[in-house]
Amino acid sequence: MALFSFEGKSFVDNLPKIYGIYTGGFLAFFALMAWFETLGMSADMIGVLFLMFTIVIYAFIGVLSRTMAADAYYVAGRSVPPVFNGMATAADWMSGASFVALAGGVFMGGHGYMAFIVGWTGGYVLVATLMAPYLRKFGCYTVPDFIGTRYGGKLARFCAIVVLVVASFTYVTAQINATGTIAARALGIPFEFGVWFGLAGILVCSMLGGMRAVTWTQVAQYIVLIIAYLLPVFWMSIVQGFGPVPQFAYGDAVARIMELEPMLGVGTKATESVAGLGVLTTLHATPAEGALAAWKFVTLTACMMIGTASLPHILMRYFTTPSVRAARNSVAWSLFFIFLLYFTAPALATFSKLQLLDPNLPTAIIGQSIDKVMALDWVNKWSAIDMLAIRDSNGDGMLQINEFFLRADIIVLATPEFAGLPYVISGLVAAGGMAAAMSTADGLLLAIANALSHDLYYKIIDPKAETKKRLLTARILLLVIGALGAFVASLKLTGILGAVAWAFCFAMSGLFFPLVLGVWWKRANRPGAIAGMVIGLASGWGYLIAVRSGMDPWLGLDHLRFGIVGAVASLVSMVVVSLLTPEPDEEIQRMVDEVRIPRGDTIVSHH
Amino acid sequence: MTADDRVAHWHRTRTLMITHLCVWFVFAYGVHWFAPALNNISFVGWPLGYYFAAQGSLIVFVVQLFLFTKQQDAIDREFGVAEDD
Repeated sequence: MALFSFEGKSFVDNLPKIYGIYTGGFLAFFALMAWFETLGMSADMIGVLFLMFTIVIYAFIGVLSRTMAADAYYVAGRSVPPVFNGMATAADWMSGASFVALAGGVFMGGHGYMAFIVGWTGGYVLVATLMAPYLRKFGCYTVPDFIGTRYGGKLARFCAIVVLVVASFTYVTAQINATGTIAARALGIPFEFGVWFGLAGILVCSMLGGMRAVTWTQVAQYIVLIIAYLLPVFWMSIVQGFGPVPQFAYGDAVARIMELEPMLGVGTKATESVAGLGVLTTLHATPAEGALAAWKFVTLTACMMIGTASLPHILMRYFTTPSVRAARNSVAWSLFFIFLLYFTAPALATFSKLQLLDPNLPTAIIGQSIDKVMALDWVNKWSAIDMLAIRDSNGDGMLQINEFFLRADIIVLATPEFAGLPYVISGLVAAGGMAAAMSTADGLLLAIANALSHDLYYKIIDPKAETKKRLLTARILLLVIGALGAFVASLKLTGILGAVAWAFCFAMSGLFFPLVLGVWWKRANRPGAIAGMVIGLASGWGYLIAVRSGMDPWLGLDHLRFGIVGAVASLVSMVVVSLLTPEPDEEIQRMVDEVRIPRGDTIVSHH
Repeated sequence: MTADDRVAHWHRTRTLMITHLCVWFVFAYGVHWFAPALNNISFVGWPLGYYFAAQGSLIVFVVQLFLFTKQQDAIDREFGVAEDD
């Protein structure tokens, strides 16, 4: 079983081989399913097999890497090589929203929606230059661990725990919601059961093995989700004649859409309305004009970037590398793996749209007779679950652009069908979406449970607790928080994307400046940091409530952008309070000096 | 490591950070602020403003980070504070 020790030199050396075999096995499974489809296996059955097969593998890795050692449980034994940590971070990062909703957003929202793409990648520049290497040098287990040690005192640690829990819990409900939706659709069970089914899968992966199990399942999940995302795009590109590297060749497709849009009348509002669905009214590549539109684009980008650099479940991934240099490298690799998906998303949206619009393609539906379109298999399937609707508003029997209603979230899942690809691709995409949502939920649940068990229970409540008792607490908390998350998700309070944006804004309101200034400003002290966290979170949250209850947003800062208000309040209060109170003692100042150089022992040592 | 070296190392590190954040700022905000104007320029088929949002900025960020890790590592080595290989 040396191969499965999940630690040590021989395991690390064997990683490329292990995951190489795994990837080969997954592709073989895909080929098998494709063959079964030609033999006449039903579409539903293929979907079920895809989900089951992948979840069983994640659970298998999760169970094999169970551990009772604190270092392995909290930081995967600090032995994860940068490239693999990059893949794990990418899976941790790319949630149900990135995988399922992003391309759909670009499809419907055009240029303005790409603020998410720019924001979700550019944030890593902040992570690499300002945070990750220094937090790694600290040697902490969790993000509140850093705050607690740098600023000292239980109150500062406690404030960090509160911000972490608020941000991560908001995020996790969205992910459990996504797993529930996919499980419900693929297995044909009600959403309320789907949520619990998804949660069970998530817990098997993280409960027994903590960070170590989550790391190695996330690498496996990344491989599934990236294959599932890229394969249909390559396929469509070749079928439509744009060649084998769509990301560099779809400029012509964008140009073709811009040419078609005025002919088809994109921009004319629908004369009817269908609850929850919309028609295509935004031009594909034309940004909205004016200073307010540009301001809205850059503020949304800023929220997503600064939020990225404050999200605890992402930052804690860089605690698992063997060295400070490896932490830095690992951020670069994370961004590279994330980039592979994000720079493909607009291509997916473009090809998908062209399939439906271009009258020269056999898959076009706009401008065709309504009877013919209504007879299509995928139109029937998606309209049966109210995700798509066709209305002949002007009664001419032909489908106009403003008579085709759909929900943006279905684009990624439905594109293989738009394009007339075999069903096996749809099964693959469902498995990819599941992997994306599960891996993010894993990371988030673990961030919350670790902060509560390590920082709240061990560091604040019972500093004498034995390792065994601490790890047991972590596991029980994981179960409780997971159940709570599933319960909240089953209430369906907000959409997936809204909840994700809120999580970013909460995190940046409370954590960004206390983290950054902790490294870059020696003068920052405990009262300042506490003020920064408390006032930042409170003003961000207060502003959100005010806007939601009808206040006019300031300068167009709506509920997706409330982090700007929170972060500014956090910065101002932290600087002012720090300067009004005595500077930190010499020991802390020496500690900050020590954090700034990579060499040497970590600041915190755990036993 | 002497106190002077410490100060010099941190100075170089900080300059590198600020340089990268300046480049980041241009591609994170600058080019998107002027997207409507840039869209009049065509870049291998794409309108340029669209291209930056869909791919251009992303490519800059990735290249930038690999470069940054290399440069920071060189600074650490020069001052003898890099970790042992």
